[in-house]
Amino acid sequence: MSIDETFLAQGAAEADDGHPKADHSRAPSIWRRSGLQIGILAVGVVILVTFIIAAPDVFLRANIYQAFASTTPLFLIMALGLTLVVITGEIDLSFPSVMALSMVSFVYAFQAGMFVGVAFLLAILTGALAGFINGTLVSRVGIPSLVITIGTAFLFRGIELAIMSGRGVPLTDAGLAPVRAVLVGRYFGVPMQVVWTFLLAALLWFILNRTKFGAHVYLVGDNSISAKLMGVSVARTKTGAFMIMGMCAAFAGVVASFEVSYFWPTLGDGSLLNTIASVFLGGTSVFGGTGSVFGTLIGGFIIGALNAGIVSAGINAFWTQAVFGLVIVFSVVLQTLITRRVRK
Amino acid sequence: MSSATDGSTGGPPPQQGPVIELRAVSKSFGEVRSLINVDFALYPGEIVGLLGDNGAGKSTLIKTIMGYHAPDPGGQILFRGEPVSDWSVAKARSLGIETVYQERALCELQPIWRNMFMGRERRTRWGALDVSGMRREAARLMSEQMGFTSTAVHPDNTVQTMSGGEKQGVAITRALYFEAQVVILDEPTMGLSLSETRKTLNFIRSIKDRGRSAIFIDHNVFHVYPVVDRIVVLDRGRVTADVVKGDLTVEDLIHGLQDVARTGEWSQRA
Ligand SMILES: Nc1ncnc2c1ncn2[C@@H]1O[C@H](COP(=O)(O)OP(=O)(O)OP(=O)(O)O)[C@@H](O)[C@H]1O
Ligand SMILES: [Mg+2]
Repeated sequence: MSIDETFLAQGAAEADDGHPKADHSRAPSIWRRSGLQIGILAVGVVILVTFIIAAPDVFLRANIYQAFASTTPLFLIMALGLTLVVITGEIDLSFPSVMALSMVSFVYAFQAGMFVGVAFLLAILTGALAGFINGTLVSRVGIPSLVITIGTAFLFRGIELAIMSGRGVPLTDAGLAPVRAVLVGRYFGVPMQVVWTFLLAALLWFILNRTKFGAHVYLVGDNSISAKLMGVSVARTKTGAFMIMGMCAAFAGVVASFEVSYFWPTLGDGSLLNTIASVFLGGTSVFGGTGSVFGTLIGGFIIGALNAGIVSAGINAFWTQAVFGLVIVFSVVLQTLITRRVRK
Repeated sequence: MSSATDGSTGGPPPQQGPVIELRAVSKSFGEVRSLINVDFALYPGEIVGLLGDNGAGKSTLIKTIMGYHAPDPGGQILFRGEPVSDWSVAKARSLGIETVYQERALCELQPIWRNMFMGRERRTRWGALDVSGMRREAARLMSEQMGFTSTAVHPDNTVQTMSGGEKQGVAITRALYFEAQVVILDEPTMGLSLSETRKTLNFIRSIKDRGRSAIFIDHNVFHVYPVVDRIVVLDRGRVTADVVKGDLTVEDLIHGLQDVARTGEWSQRA
């Protein structure tokens, strides 16, 4: 085995004459290791139960869950990608614009007569390029991501609006039918975007937990100087995370457009806070270094349930925002308290 | 284990060329010149003690060797006689140079096993991260190397839960794990108990038994003197002395260092 036997022998000898060291025996219990996830899950259950008690006639019928299932994936897809960026200790505020910009590529490629699959790939590629630009400006030029992605948000949106001159594009061409069926079709009442969300979550879980890149995402977000001293490329890791985020935004843009069969130039407006709230509600730390795909999934479900639930529960329209905010604040506080308790 | 504890002074075997060599290396941070025209060589099977005041440039020197800092234009780094290109930490480590940094270079929120394999993660045959293998290996290292009572050890604990000395233990164990040809230790005894310090010094001494080399930085000459073959003294970024240990006693060394602190010059005595 690749270890220094000499040191080993000395270590053993030392253990003989010295007394044994502090005992790290207790494996961190499931509670301790997954305390945060359990906290988030608990909050999700509490919210659902509260809704059911408050408005049983709404929340015990399937309708609401259909509304929930068709809209939640639109921002949850991006929240999953954003999780990686936040774990590296950065943030991306430009993704709503990236959704729209990627659709420009899609629409132009398709109208130019390209195969619809190629148009789709070009859209994803546009997202990757936008992410590459963000990532490079953050990690190589060294501009804080909070600042620069506000800039690129305006830039990407501006380019998109200029190209489209504010026009929308209907996505009703017969040639688009197969994509629609694959991306947003309904099978046994389940919208395809739900399936894609779970597949994407599985893929990102694998990337984060079972690849070298994923390991570096955690290390870079935890302590980028330590990571760099040990030979981890901070710039490459951060740029990679931004590119994944860009591709998720592009994918969400295509899905959201096909869901309504129309490309609105304002695509993405209104998705910013839902997405970010899902990530943070999911327990990913704003300071970087910790976070999980599972947490974001639950966080997204909570936000989605709120969106669908508040409206359906018939709360006065003027009060929806206040209730929404109240539940988020309450959730985060509850989650923190539960986590702290469980970890003790 | 052959004992090298008798303080033998078997100087460097200069038949072979150096493993690592710096030629005319300078390093500036803006106005601050941390290294000025440094020539430095490390030979196989040799342990060099690097001494100097706070801020003398010791850490900067070893970080330049590691590829963390790029030298100012004009300076050259050679590995086994060849000038290096695209030098980086990853490359230095892949060529068998490992370092225990003064600042430990740990990621405190991560479990111990992730820290042990930071930057050199193991992969399975299929290319996926070998999480269970790294966990197991970390557990073994913690019980066999760091002396945590076996079965008892848990590699899933985060580093932030450990004591200062234990953290240093992780950094040292990590540097040994990869069987490096060159081990660099920047104040490795910082925060260690007496018995841990003794263990670490014994280990450093044992490095050269296998033809491997080391650079050892420590402010305590009583740690450095018994272990090293050669001593290099830095003063405000310059090399002021490069002496074989056989040529001087520990008293000479202490006086020499005091002279350097006072005058900036090493007055050779013997
Ligand atoms: N990243 C950096 N940016 C700016 N200045 C730096 C940087 N790293 C080191 N320096 C400066 O270079 C000089 C040498 O620092 P260095 O850390 O190499 O000293 P040292 O010999 O290791 O000291 P100590 O014994 O205190 O560890 C100091 O003046 C320090 O302020
Ligand atoms: Mg130092």
